[in-house]
Amino acid sequence: MISAIYRWLDERLHLDDLIAPFRHKTVPVHRLTYWYFFGGITLFLFGVQVITGILLLLYYNAGANEAFESVQYIMTKVRYGWLIRSIHSWSANLMILTAFLHMFSVLFLKAYRKPREMTWISGMLLLFLVMGFGFSGYLLPWNTLAFFATKVGTAMVGQVPIVGQPMMVFLRGGPQVTGATLIRFFGFHVAVLPGLVGILIAVHLFMVQRLGMSVPPKIEAEWVENPSAKREMKFFPNFMLREMMAWYVAIGVLGALAAIFPWDLGVKADPFGSAPAGIKPEWYFLFMFQTLKLIPSKVWFVDGEVLGILGCGLAGLLWLLLPFFESEQPSRPKKWITGLGIFALMYVMGMSVYGFLAK
Amino acid sequence: MAFLRNNFRLLRAARTAGLAGCFVLGACLSYGQTTNSCLDCHSAMPDPLGVTQEKFSQDIHSQKGLTCTSCHGGDASSYDPTVSMGTKAGFKGKIDRKQVPQLCASCHSNPTYMKQYNPSLRTDQLDQYHTSMHGKRQAAGDTKAAVCVDCHSVHDIRPPSDPRSTVNPVNIATTCSRCHSDAAYMKPYGIPTDQFANYKTSVHYQAMMVRGDLSAPTCTTCHGNHGATPPGVDKVQNVCANCHVFQAQMYGKSSHFKAFQSLGLPGCVVCHSNHGIHQPSDAMLGTGPQGVCMRCHQPGDKCDLARVKIQSGLMKLDSSITNADQTLSVAEASGMDVSEARLAQTQARDELIKARVTIHTYQEALVDQDVQAGLKIAAKDEQAGKDAMVERNQRRIGLGICFLAIAIMLAGLWLFIRKIEH
Repeated sequence: MISAIYRWLDERLHLDDLIAPFRHKTVPVHRLTYWYFFGGITLFLFGVQVITGILLLLYYNAGANEAFESVQYIMTKVRYGWLIRSIHSWSANLMILTAFLHMFSVLFLKAYRKPREMTWISGMLLLFLVMGFGFSGYLLPWNTLAFFATKVGTAMVGQVPIVGQPMMVFLRGGPQVTGATLIRFFGFHVAVLPGLVGILIAVHLFMVQRLGMSVPPKIEAEWVENPSAKREMKFFPNFMLREMMAWYVAIGVLGALAAIFPWDLGVKADPFGSAPAGIKPEWYFLFMFQTLKLIPSKVWFVDGEVLGILGCGLAGLLWLLLPFFESEQPSRPKKWITGLGIFALMYVMGMSVYGFLAK
Repeated sequence: MAFLRNNFRLLRAARTAGLAGCFVLGACLSYGQTTNSCLDCHSAMPDPLGVTQEKFSQDIHSQKGLTCTSCHGGDASSYDPTVSMGTKAGFKGKIDRKQVPQLCASCHSNPTYMKQYNPSLRTDQLDQYHTSMHGKRQAAGDTKAAVCVDCHSVHDIRPPSDPRSTVNPVNIATTCSRCHSDAAYMKPYGIPTDQFANYKTSVHYQAMMVRGDLSAPTCTTCHGNHGATPPGVDKVQNVCANCHVFQAQMYGKSSHFKAFQSLGLPGCVVCHSNHGIHQPSDAMLGTGPQGVCMRCHQPGDKCDLARVKIQSGLMKLDSSITNADQTLSVAEASGMDVSEARLAQTQARDELIKARVTIHTYQEALVDQDVQAGLKIAAKDEQAGKDAMVERNQRRIGLGICFLAIAIMLAGLWLFIRKIEH
């Protein structure tokens, strides 16, 4: 039956020509192959986000007076609403986690080297956009924590010299975080960011498809020495089936988190109330938040916060351009980049833990 | 000639401007440095004659432009004691305690004068003082009776809104206790001296000092300030009614009101005491040490039976609310959203508070109405918590089924991969 439908479609659309590259595509098999799965898992979780996000849109009302109540309605009255919202929230966090893991795995496996510089850049831009998804989506339930986190987050943007203030007003829809900010963030979250991410995912996947999977330099050298050790598997169906297994595991983890730890709604935001004591951002912004906290209020004659924000921005820009610092000789990769990667990983993890434990 | 005349005019104008400038400069330099010979000497003297510039500058009168001579007379511009403290300058010296109320009233009882400083300030303090126990004793020649400066201090009098003022709400009880807790000082009057100690154990003190509620009652709230006097046995409920309106209304229509009046008992105080009013509890309806009903009623009488029913009703509602809270907490800890039931719990609590207020009618049926309304809400909330727990269990069963399905899929995929790779 399925093959009959496929034949019918193939006669008209020549699907075989489209699928042919996938049939010929291979994935290198070595001791680090499992790191290749994280990109696919991130993509799968993005798919979960799109589906659950569309379902949430059926009941969500953007607006300072309705947002909280509509999410509360989803959590308590809508059939399986709690499951959809909890999966959406947990999946968002897992997606950011797997995106970070994917980024660091690409870094340590040296997969960003020529000719994959643009794949790295598109991936990094996707990581930034995914964090933007997290920041904009966090405000949508309009609860106290989200309100004040947005207030702090957008105020940090306002610290950027020259363009900071206009950017902050643009993000907030005015000088303060209000219902206008919520509507704006809703727009970013469901229209602007999905559009940009969709385009970038297409570009990223196209380049992955075009350039194939990178083999780490060490393993490549081993294979040059001993060509018989070189092994590959077909992308379709062998790698794809394994990827599907990872997706099933991801579904299991998401289901368990949603059922055992449904995502909390908190208390409705009160713009006239005071910020809760010890307020912190979501875990993926914690390392930046803690860094800013540790910088003195004045460094020489420069405002500490401005310095911290500019420093974070510069670090992000350099990270984006990292492939261009790498040697073009595959046999002589620059070791300091690996060292920097280890330092960055340790720094992000250490600062996140410190930020989590700090009062 | 015209040229000279014109230049001469210019020189004259320059000279006039120069003189005016010197005058303004001199005035500016001397501003704030007016002579006050009183402070110059008295700041170097030991107590009780010592008054420093620092101390007097804190005084509201000093801040409003009044000086030592406003009360004491004399001439502060002269350093010659015979002039500055001379009779010609109207020097009064130390004000006699008997004269203090009249002296203060010379301004404070003058509405026209006081209006320029604070239009909303009352000007009946002296009249009020004459009606007070302090005022009456002072008029009778008792020099120990409190006068203005005993409560408001002297030379550093701050407005009552200033937290450092001796008459700020948080300091009033301490100010009163300086005399009223001094057993030796109060001995001639034969009144208790444990008021402040009792007040410190009261719910009113807790509200004022622990919760920082400045509207909570302190001594002057019940006794009055300038007209301070005991409220009188038959007027106690009027004092309490200022805040506890519903309780007073209910009590006023109750059988206890008439009974207490005929027996000459002081209303609210009979059950709640006066200075040491503790947080009321349902135990007040019991027969234990906190119980108050059985001080007058006999075991087994009609009122005792009603008391038992009222107390058991209140305790039942209290425990129902606690049980519902616990069930909802367990559900919340499991991640279930029970915010609606939580909100309804506040209504159940309101009913409990209402029932506790209704006790002042001493009618079992009326209290029971409130209790039943609260019980109904608490039962519904507890059921909501139980339903949430049932749903939580269903979710976990569903998760188990999903895990099983995922495990089967994973096994199937793994077998399929092995098949195609071999």
